Amino acid sequence: MQYSALSILWQGLTGNTGWKPMWRDPEPRNEYDIILIGGGGHGLSTAYYLAREHGLTNVAVLEKGWIGSGNVGRNTTIIRSNYMLAPNTHFYEKSMKLWEGLEQDLNFNTMVSQRGVINLFHSDPQRDAFARRGNAMRLAGIDAELLDPDQLREWVPILDFENARFPIRGGLLQRRGGTARHDAVAWGYARGADSRGVDIVQNCEVLDIRVEGGRAVGVDTTRGYFKAKKIGIAVAGNTSRLARMAGIELPVESHVLQAFVSEGIKPLIDTVVTFGAGHFYISQSDKGGLVFGGDLDGYNSYAQRGNLPMMEHVMAGGMAIMPAIGRVRMLRHWGGIMDMSFDGSPFICRTGIDGLYLNGGWCYGGFKATPASGWCFAHTIARDEPHPLNAAFTIDRFEKGRMLDEKGVGPYPWIQ
Amino acid sequence: MHRIDCPWCGVRDEAEFQYQGDATVKRPAPDAPAEAFFRYVYIRENPRGWHTEWWHHIGGCRQWIKVVRNTLTHEIASCGSPQDDLEIPGEDGG
Repeated sequence: MQYSALSILWQGLTGNTGWKPMWRDPEPRNEYDIILIGGGGHGLSTAYYLAREHGLTNVAVLEKGWIGSGNVGRNTTIIRSNYMLAPNTHFYEKSMKLWEGLEQDLNFNTMVSQRGVINLFHSDPQRDAFARRGNAMRLAGIDAELLDPDQLREWVPILDFENARFPIRGGLLQRRGGTARHDAVAWGYARGADSRGVDIVQNCEVLDIRVEGGRAVGVDTTRGYFKAKKIGIAVAGNTSRLARMAGIELPVESHVLQAFVSEGIKPLIDTVVTFGAGHFYISQSDKGGLVFGGDLDGYNSYAQRGNLPMMEHVMAGGMAIMPAIGRVRMLRHWGGIMDMSFDGSPFICRTGIDGLYLNGGWCYGGFKATPASGWCFAHTIARDEPHPLNAAFTIDRFEKGRMLDEKGVGPYPWIQ
Repeated sequence: MHRIDCPWCGVRDEAEFQYQGDATVKRPAPDAPAEAFFRYVYIRENPRGWHTEWWHHIGGCRQWIKVVRNTLTHEIASCGSPQDDLEIPGEDGG
């Protein structure tokens, strides 16, 4: 079904009785050319680009719950490409360009809103570091502007500029950054993949990956065994578990990251602000809720819920930089499980097993990466070789000393 | 909320501690091959279930504490000193 102003008008006049389900609920076949494990943003976008870019439609996406029930429904919807290291810069910019055309591409309202993303800085050394990152972005053809405090006041007057511990000296702005409607991203990709013939199989948990003679040949699931010529893993926080089914050990730990939404209030902030020094970032949804978060809880977890100390820490960060929100009530909070790699950068690559491909290690960067992740993973699976954009995102980069440690943290996932 | 039973201070709130990672990895011998050091630094079991890990009582006695904790339920089975060999409960929690 094509969506248009006319179809909305027509459905409105006829009682909205003509809308059809956006994707089928097919009975899975016994054999596929390609099976993608994980019906989240990355798995669905991979399926979509396999069909659209490579004409491969004998594809199934297996999802243990319902599509979009994992991290694509558990993030804070921010999109940006303000990275410094070249492989990250180019990859995330590819994603930003795909975001910019996504609604037309999918004929689906993913509510991409380029409202800008601003990273605050508080000292001369931090300003230098941000200027360097902005320069790296501009050299790669990405927009970046260094705002002084007066310019920043025009963007975000609500901030506490004279904060005693972290006085605000300015911010690094990417105007093209912003937010998108996360659920619609999953639904739009699902609809696009399904309409091209991809089977989206829900309530189908993968229990084992069969490997014969160094080659992946199929998956055992709660709905039976399916053969496949190629298998792609895109399961975020469960990456270690799925990889282990095929005997692969990874430099990955699973950690919980919390996010929060306040009650709806009148427009307060019309951009995205990150206060890295205080482990806090914030934007405002179209419904008026403040959407904010911070850093990981900081211990291995698969629980999809966090604990109170980090909640208090995030609120304290918000109060420090934006004291006006002190009496706003928090409405909801949730946790998602991040597949934290040991350098903060992802994997989109072949594995040591023929026909088995890995997409994971997304750390904090999963949602914004969704389009380019699928685009690159589709290329890697279809051609059996990486695209230049994801050639650096290999598993063996640690062994070879080619880590992509954007923040210079070292091999400690819980403090990234 | 985790409540960790510090062998020196008693049961304390999680907020007094800093997590310090997987306690099952052991530093290889100095003459071990590079592969062993690679695994020591980077490869982790990352179980969904019982996990033996380090917590640093940074807001208390500043000792390192070994904890067996379930990563799926956040339940803590046992806490001990770094020398202790803590038992992993039978059921793996997933």
